[in-house]
Amino acid sequence: MYPGDAHIVGIYEHPVRKAEGISLAQLHADVARGALEDAGLSVSDVDGYFCGADAPGIGALTMAQYMGLRLRYTDSTETGGSSYIGHVHHAALAIAAGKCNVALITCADNQVASRKFIGLGGVDWRGAPEQPFEDGYLMGPPALYGMVAQRHMYEFGTTSEQLAWVKVAASHHAQHNPNALLRNVVTVDEVLASPYVAAPLRRLDCCVMSDGGGAIVLARPEIASSLARPKVRLRGAGEAVKHNAGGKVDLSYSAGRQSGTAAFAEAGITPADIRYVSLYDSFTITVIMQLEDLGFCAKGEGGRFVADGNLISGSGRLPFNTDGGGLCNNHPGNRGGITKVLEAVRQLRGEAHPAVQVADCSLALAHGTGGSLAGYHGSATAILERV
Amino acid sequence: MTAAVQLPSAPEIWPEAVPYWQGAADGVLMLMRCLACEEHYVHPRPFCPHCGSNRTEWREAQGSGTIYTFTITERAPVFKVPAMVELAEGPIMMTAIVDCEPAEVKIGQPVMVSFCPTDGGAPLPVFRPA
Repeated sequence: MYPGDAHIVGIYEHPVRKAEGISLAQLHADVARGALEDAGLSVSDVDGYFCGADAPGIGALTMAQYMGLRLRYTDSTETGGSSYIGHVHHAALAIAAGKCNVALITCADNQVASRKFIGLGGVDWRGAPEQPFEDGYLMGPPALYGMVAQRHMYEFGTTSEQLAWVKVAASHHAQHNPNALLRNVVTVDEVLASPYVAAPLRRLDCCVMSDGGGAIVLARPEIASSLARPKVRLRGAGEAVKHNAGGKVDLSYSAGRQSGTAAFAEAGITPADIRYVSLYDSFTITVIMQLEDLGFCAKGEGGRFVADGNLISGSGRLPFNTDGGGLCNNHPGNRGGITKVLEAVRQLRGEAHPAVQVADCSLALAHGTGGSLAGYHGSATAILERV
Repeated sequence: MTAAVQLPSAPEIWPEAVPYWQGAADGVLMLMRCLACEEHYVHPRPFCPHCGSNRTEWREAQGSGTIYTFTITERAPVFKVPAMVELAEGPIMMTAIVDCEPAEVKIGQPVMVSFCPTDGGAPLPVFRPA
């Protein structure tokens, strides 16, 4: 019966970007309430709950008590920033299998306000066996992705100007989002004039750091049909993990190659059918790699694909991240997967900002990368369809 | 020229990795090799991540390799050139390039292992231009 048997019926993105005066548990509860209100459902309707390591305590158990959920299905899958796209996949499977009727997914973080910068919200790296062999070199995310960008430039001739075009497109979209952290439109020259953080990546090649979060509600089709909101269904999904393979490293591609292939096969469509993409944009290079790995262009052509505004809604051939993405809008807890699904749903509903709404948007793709493209990472791809 | 201006923190030493850090203290880069598929691998563990065999051995690496990729982090407190080096034995490892002009570092450049003291622990393998 899957994948046609689960619909996204409610979404919510917290407007806060620095969450002062609110606890982590309450942020989760706030985004849950927002998405349930959007759907026209209540807490008492939820019987499945999905969260990542950003949920406090024992995740689903802790939050079930706090929110008053009565659950018969839980899933605390943690794959970094891609977790929530995986949760959409898992929730659809659980609904199709009859294990739950209404599934709630939440993501939230308050690291910026609490000044506890630990990176990936909720993840404790102690005991991770690779840490002694990597930690000492002090490679934060910019250095790790800087190495990926350097290798991409070496193998494929990708340029700093091409990387900059990704940020330029995101900024064109963010100007229309009143909640976006960075609303100024920037030019390629302005990106290139920003200081290096981890060469070849510059400050404006990096995503924002923010608090907040979001939530998604999925339901069985009969329930979705009883609600007033536009219906969006999961048509295909895929997940994959890539790691250093004992040292047989190849940084030219990501796990998106596998998760994307699986998602397109399940959906029975090709990249040419997709009208809008939400792509993980921790860094500009992440977007270029994913466009290649998902098949929107040939391997190595990502730089040329994004150049000249081709990701800008209204003028480019493949509008991406029309909320401003992680590069300009929001990246709660360094976990951008949730916002990727939210903006894809807005596009399919026709509820994106009019200046960036894609005409007749019937098929959209949301893709996330969690962890590090230079080390291990998870990829999750969801192909969503307006019903 | 780049050198560590501040000592990196001491690595945590897992029981399975003691020979790696003992080797580093002795100025030798130690690698694990599978006796079944004969592949070297990182990071240390008592089974082969390629074929699953638990017949493995420690070997002294040649200590030579080439730069697979790198980045320049001018404002970093310790290493200015984090990198990944492809060892002569095959595996690619995370490390840092020292004793170099960052602007002159290139992918494919030959490098040799060196060891950087840490804050009260075993030294870290790093690489310098060969």
